[in-house]
Amino acid sequence: MNNPVIRASGIRKSYPGVEAVRGIDFEVRRGECFGILGPNGAGKTTTMNMVQGYTPLSGGELLVFGMSIEDRPRRIKARMGVVPQEDNLDPDLTVAENLRVYARYFDIRKKAAAEITGRLLEFVALTEKKDQRIPDLSGGMKRRLLIARALVNDPDLVILDEPTTGLDPQARHLIWQKLRGLKKTGSTLALTTHNMDEAAQLCDRLVIMDHGLILDEGSPRQLLERHVRGSVFEFDAGEEQAGRLFGCLERIEHESETSGDTVFVYTDDAEAVLKQTSCFPEVGFLHRQATLEDVFLKLTGRELRE
Amino acid sequence: MNGLLKPPRVGRRAFKVWLRNRDTWLKFYRASLVGNLAEPVLFLLAFGLGLSRFISDIDGLPYINYIAPGLMMAAAMNAATFECTFGAYTRMSAQKTYDAIIVTPLSVDEVAAGDILWGASKGFLSATVILLVLIPWGLAASPWLLLAPALFVLAGLMFASMSMIVTAFAPSYDYFAYYFSLVVSPMFFFSGVFFPLSHLPAWVRTVSWFMPLTHAVNLSRGFATGEGSPGLILDAAWMAVFTLAAGWLSINLIKKRLIK
Ligand SMILES: Nc1ncnc2c1ncn2[C@@H]1O[C@H](COP(=O)(O)OP(=O)(O)OP(=O)(O)O)[C@@H](O)[C@H]1O
Ligand SMILES: [Mg+2]
Repeated sequence: MNNPVIRASGIRKSYPGVEAVRGIDFEVRRGECFGILGPNGAGKTTTMNMVQGYTPLSGGELLVFGMSIEDRPRRIKARMGVVPQEDNLDPDLTVAENLRVYARYFDIRKKAAAEITGRLLEFVALTEKKDQRIPDLSGGMKRRLLIARALVNDPDLVILDEPTTGLDPQARHLIWQKLRGLKKTGSTLALTTHNMDEAAQLCDRLVIMDHGLILDEGSPRQLLERHVRGSVFEFDAGEEQAGRLFGCLERIEHESETSGDTVFVYTDDAEAVLKQTSCFPEVGFLHRQATLEDVFLKLTGRELRE
Repeated sequence: MNGLLKPPRVGRRAFKVWLRNRDTWLKFYRASLVGNLAEPVLFLLAFGLGLSRFISDIDGLPYINYIAPGLMMAAAMNAATFECTFGAYTRMSAQKTYDAIIVTPLSVDEVAAGDILWGASKGFLSATVILLVLIPWGLAASPWLLLAPALFVLAGLMFASMSMIVTAFAPSYDYFAYYFSLVVSPMFFFSGVFFPLSHLPAWVRTVSWFMPLTHAVNLSRGFATGEGSPGLILDAAWMAVFTLAAGWLSINLIKKRLIK
């Protein structure tokens, strides 16, 4: 019973010329929401694809529900729901038909499928759109329908690859609300994201991934405590001003990082920094609480990804 | 390479893909049936009625009777080929329908097999619709026609599997132009639909022997006229072996393309 839902040990995936996933270990426990956080190209989708039995492993061992994904893909897939990064709803079918036809792949009978379809459309607030064609849906509606589709088989594990990327705040919050609802019913969720808010709001535990490796792991709070201090100051300081700034902050315990014309200062003693501001009146600044985003940037760096 | 030789693992679930395709087809089946019927009937009218005054009987058959059974097979070929090239490619690439299905309990093998079955069904349907026109027209009459459904199924599977091989390699829709102009059209003209192959140069006949449509036309004409010959058994065997090999290969090729 206490077996983890997913146990990945040293899993790897290499494509010609790229090592997308370079040997990672993680566990997803029953009933939790587990997040993989990482910049573009980190290997998030590749990892999820391996869990779904879609991408064969180049190495390592991957157990889902205690079974090897390579040996028992069908048994595993029957108990899993997948929300892919790229929309692959069936454009030849209507909203409701998408769910009914999908239910058939799971051997769900017609009558049960009709009942499930009605209930899930209600859940994702698409009942009124049930006879619409897929191309006529907005991005947010498509995402909600994808989530509904992932639930037709009442899965024990739901995998969501960037469930809210590209959505407006309203649509995003609606989806978060639905995912929290799912968690309450005991579902296990595994999601990827590069939205820190999303990770902080939904995930019990996270890994931060980059270049195919896991950099750290923990609850959002643990990660914050481990990697950044409570307050962040962002100073608009060019090279000259930065020198002066560092002089003024000399006695205050802090960490700093310079990126272009911005100096980031992380500290637990915000008051001391604020008191010093008269020392560098010409430097504009922003003071805020440290967030997961700071952890993320600290671990994965600030340079642009392709 | 050895991935291509492994026997595909296809179970009853492949039928669910067939059902998915049927469901979408039922939305516009009228237009689809008209399309299936219109072209062969046009050919029959144009060549059969138009040309038959200028062409003497072939093998003791009026020209329109001669070409009718072949056109029936060409229709099966076209329907199955369109479905398993443009149709299957759209589902595989543009719509990512295959991707959506293979994270359910279905395997890629079953998805590919399901699409082949569907292409075969379209071929079967086209040929059947035409047979239903030929019989009252008096262009096909023989008890051997009771075997026609089996021939249609086999021909459908054969052309569907063959097309699926092309789809597995296609980088874009444009690629199918090669297949249609270099394979499908030559087959249409040199498989004995419009004229007997017997008076053609030996090398053309050899090429024709390697064309799947040739054997389908032989059988179809044999069934329509009731003039069987032992050679027909060889044609049936040729088709069965080719279909098995093409089906096997195409499923493995699609798998190789999708699973990386
Ligand atoms: N089928 C493939 N063939 C070759 N390389 C691939 C393939 N799929 C992924 N890659 C490479 O593997 C690496 C990881 O890609 P992946 O899609 O897993 O990243 P990701 O973390 O999901 O990124 P994003 O946030 O942009 O979705 C990238 O360098 C990508 O180019
Ligand atoms: Mg991705």
